[in-house]
Amino acid sequence: MTTPQPTEDAELRLIGLTKRFGPVTAVDDLHLRVPSGAFIALLGPSGCGKTTTLRMVAGLEAPTAGQILLGDSDLTGLKPYRRPVNTVFQSYALFPHLDIYENVAFGLRRSGIKDVRAQVGQMLELVQLTGFERRRPSQVSGGQAQRVALARALINHPKMLLLDEPLGALDLKLRREMQLTLKRIQEEVRITFLHVTHDQEEAMTMADTIAVMSQGRIEQLGHPEQLYERPRTQFVANFLGQSNMLRATVDGRDGDLVTLRIADTTLVVPAEMLSHGMLTASGEVHVGVRPEKLDLAPVDDPVPQGRNALRGVVVDTSFMGTSTQYLVRTGWDQELTVFAQNRHTDVVAPGTRVRLTWRPEHAFVLDADTPTSAAAPQPAVAP
Amino acid sequence: MTQPLVAPAADTGADVAPPVRRRGRWIPYLLLLPGLLWLAIFFVLPMLTVASTSLQEGSLAQGYELTWRLANYTEAAQRYAAQFSRAFLFAAASTVLALVVSYPLAYFIAFKAGRWRNLLLLLVIAPFFTSFLIRTLAWKIILSDSGWVVGTFQTLGLLPEQGRLLATSVAVIAGLTYNFLPFMTLPLYASLEKIDRSLIEAATDLYASPFTAFWKVTWPLSLPGVVAGTLLTFIPAAGDFVNVRFLGTPSQSMIGNVIESRFLVVLDYPTAAALSFTLMLAILLLVGLYVRRAGTETIV
Ligand SMILES: Nc1ncnc2c1ncn2[C@@H]1O[C@H](COP(=O)(O)OP(=O)(O)O)[C@@H](O)[C@H]1O
Ligand SMILES: [Mg+2]
Repeated sequence: MTTPQPTEDAELRLIGLTKRFGPVTAVDDLHLRVPSGAFIALLGPSGCGKTTTLRMVAGLEAPTAGQILLGDSDLTGLKPYRRPVNTVFQSYALFPHLDIYENVAFGLRRSGIKDVRAQVGQMLELVQLTGFERRRPSQVSGGQAQRVALARALINHPKMLLLDEPLGALDLKLRREMQLTLKRIQEEVRITFLHVTHDQEEAMTMADTIAVMSQGRIEQLGHPEQLYERPRTQFVANFLGQSNMLRATVDGRDGDLVTLRIADTTLVVPAEMLSHGMLTASGEVHVGVRPEKLDLAPVDDPVPQGRNALRGVVVDTSFMGTSTQYLVRTGWDQELTVFAQNRHTDVVAPGTRVRLTWRPEHAFVLDADTPTSAAAPQPAVAP
Repeated sequence: MTQPLVAPAADTGADVAPPVRRRGRWIPYLLLLPGLLWLAIFFVLPMLTVASTSLQEGSLAQGYELTWRLANYTEAAQRYAAQFSRAFLFAAASTVLALVVSYPLAYFIAFKAGRWRNLLLLLVIAPFFTSFLIRTLAWKIILSDSGWVVGTFQTLGLLPEQGRLLATSVAVIAGLTYNFLPFMTLPLYASLEKIDRSLIEAATDLYASPFTAFWKVTWPLSLPGVVAGTLLTFIPAAGDFVNVRFLGTPSQSMIGNVIESRFLVVLDYPTAAALSFTLMLAILLLVGLYVRRAGTETIV
């Protein structure tokens, strides 16, 4: 494990993957490509089909339809013990009758390798558990058990490691620590990690690619910043952080900018943000602005060059240490959330009239036809 | 997490409210009292009586007298060595058979039966709704010379023309196996049912074929059930006399039959008592060795 060999091509491709449990469609015609060596997070609310997707890749669940390809081989019909992938289970699933050493050696022994000493030793060193060889799983803490599960999977040099909410059972502090450990280990071994989680912060900290999942489908795939700055659906916009969504009418185009109108306020956004369909429909769009992108200023201050501005009244203020969260009511009675860093300005009291400004490129634009709410967690139900 | 933090808490309780603790201290012993009395009257006392009887000398007519005659033991052991070994042999055979029959059954109920599980468990214990004697008598009818089992066996050539099942060792072992089967099935079921399915999935994920996964994970995790089941079957089977009485002949007689006839027919109390004690000690010794061996390898 000391020589990180960039694995021979182990690109994972899920093609039209579907799984139905009776009337419930847990995974619905899912398409996904994961390049070799990536750390990808499958992120979505509980019940959206993440575990089912992972289990199909592991071979523990048979797909109703679709294909699973890894590199040049088709895994779809293979038994789990014939797949070059290993899993870190949500509950760790360590063998209670074996000690830590034998737990870690389990996969090697099944592959007929007799001398496992050196490899087990190296693995335990990698997860910092040297000296725990003779303990039983019941004699180690949650965080340690988690690392045993990781070592037990990684020792087999799988082409891909599947992790199902591996940090879910840990407390916050340990979870933060393990996020960094997992990332370090992934960079060291260079194996593709497919990490399932419902925690957006965890996904953003660890993964270099995030696939946001909802109702059995991938909503959007991209780098964490890309998903955060340019969400393509309401669901992604609301699942990753908070967003203020403004419903606006397209007014016209002015060079690289498009003018939008909300009540008596005029805004501009870069034209590239609007898809062709949105422009010609000349209908309505949703403009999203993240709370921390909004600057709060006294209502009489001049608007800085090139920024969008709108007026409002502060209706609620909550001090949160490093920042203050404001609720600002606009002229058309919508409440917007603003995060302001607590640097030198005083906290603005409720009732104060203010002006909110932001740079046009800090917004994102969505089709107004997509539903506004952060989609319900229920899975899609087949007719 | 290996250090339980219970003791300090108890101490704190004592500091805060010593009177409560002093008064409450008697309650557990008080609650134990009926059980202890029961044990004293119905276990310890009879044991002492049997122990003393086993060292007496005399005859029914002249009365028995405690002479500490240890030869009762050596004589009995020599004279009935065959019945002793037959008892252990039959008990071992029926325990193995019960395990072989019960394991797949318990496995099926625990892993595959789904919503039929409770019904199947009920069927496993259903024989207990009738008495042990009636069930053994029923086997006598099943295995009788004119019964369909013997007929079928003869047709299939598994038994010669005039061959019989009744009054053979086969019948006795079959009866023992049948009668103690639920004692094997239930503990097996209990330990199999407890096994976390994700452990088996983890094994297959780590390149174990279904057979290897069973052998390396399911089987070792079910060993507590195997140990409990074999003990619950072997112990009563080794002391049984009913199955030989109904399904066998004197030439199959087990030590239980000897004890029974010494006590109730011949009225040779010292020998019967010495045999009882020897049987008990032998079982204790065997079980002790077995549990020690099994314990070091398995119990989770
Ligand atoms: N074995 C199963 N039988 C029936 N329904 C299932 C089964 N496994 C999962 N489901 C259903 O499929 C949906 C997706 O489940 P899952 O993949 O576990 O979601 P997630 O891991 O994202 O929380 C849920 O509605 C769940 O109830
Ligand atoms: Mg899940």
